[in-house]
Amino acid sequence: MLKAEKLFYSYDNGEKKIEAVLDNLNLNIKKGEFVAVLGHNGCGKSTLAKHFNGLLTPLGGNVYVSGINTKDEDKIWEIRRQVGMVFQNPDNQIVANVVEEDVAFAPENLGIPSAEIRQRVDEALKTVDMYHYRKHAPHLLSGGQKQRVAIAGAIAMRPECIVMDEPTAMLDPMGRAEVMETILKLKARENMTVVLITHYMDEAAQADRVIVMDDGHIVIDDVPRKVFSQVELLKSLGLDVPQVTELAYELNSSGIEIDYDVLTVTECADKIMDYVRSVKSGN
Amino acid sequence: MLKDITLGQYFPIESFLHKLDPRTKILIFILDIVIIFMAQTAVSYAVLIGFTFLLMLISRVPVKMYIKGLKPILYIIIFTAILNLFLTDGRDLPVFGYSIGITVEGAIVAVKMAVRLVLLIIASSALTYTTSPMALTDGIEKLLKPLSRIGFPSHELAMMMSIAIKFVPTLIEETDKIIKAQKARGASFDTGSIFKRAKALIPMLVPLFISAFRRADDLAIAMESRCYTGGDGRTRLREIKFTRTDLIGALAFLVIFAGVIAIDIVF
Repeated sequence: MLKAEKLFYSYDNGEKKIEAVLDNLNLNIKKGEFVAVLGHNGCGKSTLAKHFNGLLTPLGGNVYVSGINTKDEDKIWEIRRQVGMVFQNPDNQIVANVVEEDVAFAPENLGIPSAEIRQRVDEALKTVDMYHYRKHAPHLLSGGQKQRVAIAGAIAMRPECIVMDEPTAMLDPMGRAEVMETILKLKARENMTVVLITHYMDEAAQADRVIVMDDGHIVIDDVPRKVFSQVELLKSLGLDVPQVTELAYELNSSGIEIDYDVLTVTECADKIMDYVRSVKSGN
Repeated sequence: MLKDITLGQYFPIESFLHKLDPRTKILIFILDIVIIFMAQTAVSYAVLIGFTFLLMLISRVPVKMYIKGLKPILYIIIFTAILNLFLTDGRDLPVFGYSIGITVEGAIVAVKMAVRLVLLIIASSALTYTTSPMALTDGIEKLLKPLSRIGFPSHELAMMMSIAIKFVPTLIEETDKIIKAQKARGASFDTGSIFKRAKALIPMLVPLFISAFRRADDLAIAMESRCYTGGDGRTRLREIKFTRTDLIGALAFLVIFAGVIAIDIVF
């Protein structure tokens, strides 16, 4: 679905040669996969995201979307239709002053007949659970609601894939939960390919696959359980691990040996209980 | 303090005026302005006042909304009326037997101007109360479309207007935030001479502009990501259509306007 081959990119800001932002990066994301991308600030996550819908074209190597090279300028709008983007600041990506008009923006641009636009808008708003607010002014909505409208705006294009660049970074915990719920729903119901760039480990833990980036490279690429069990490596990259993994890790370093490939509170509690029982029966 | 500013005061109800094509309403509005300034006799004014009441009635927007719309302009109306009253040459009009510099012609001009302004404001309120900002910009885009053949950017203009309207509340909120942040650091916006106060605005305006540019950049990327390529080949969720209702409405208004002109010619 999304493929990067030997991708190289660097920003030319007029100064002397700066370091590569993306360096010889290879990545293949399959259809229906939910991939989380982690990494500290400036590791090239957002730059990578912008390559997936042709906002940036590689300086070296190639990026393919459903087999189309993003360097192909004639097909750039087809690529953008297939890959919906959601950005960090909800205020800066909403175009219209009525929710439904904003969701209609992309289909309008694609030249779809009015009746079908209506249908797509209603469907998209229902998917993100914002149908009730279709006549509202976006600036009166909460952050999480605005971000859900932005997601509806992207899925109204009927994309194959949706790329989100830190969609929860500016939201409160409630808003974050709403957005995560929407993402999981999209994946489950529409089998949408999702690329989620995030700072939050608990969000990444819900993905099928986690990619950890550092300095324009992919350092780890595995299922969340395996990724987060590499606590020391993650910490050396300036990243956190989910709280439960952290707890298991700390218990281990204090001599209490339990597995720390745990991701949820219940899992962790079970593991600790197992340990307690084994100690008891051992006595 | 800045939250009170309202723009695009659309009143979302159902009425005959709401249903009209925005183009029809814009054209009627423009025609109405012309007629208001052309009318000369008391009778034609009476007809126009009647017409304005009719507008208020069929818009089904509460009268107090119109009065609210008139409030900010009240001082201007009073001010121009007083100026006209005293500064027009003509026959002296004694008040309670004393001559205080008011003329008969002045009184007539003052009343005429006051009525004209009130009618204008009510007509424009009727337009903005019954037409959503989106419909309004759509209407303007369609009306200016013929000009795009000679290179006039009608779509771009309409898009700019609707984005500007959309970002008004966002930027007001931002301004509020910046003012609070600067106040927290000891800035003062409402003390000192006018010059000092104007200078105090600089640390508020600079961050506001920088953030506005950043927002514009983000928005451009978001619009591109959603396949925005300009006006060509764009369809609309709600195509505006000139229907029979529009025809009936437009004809009715034209008859009234023709009546006003006829009255002026006859009297």
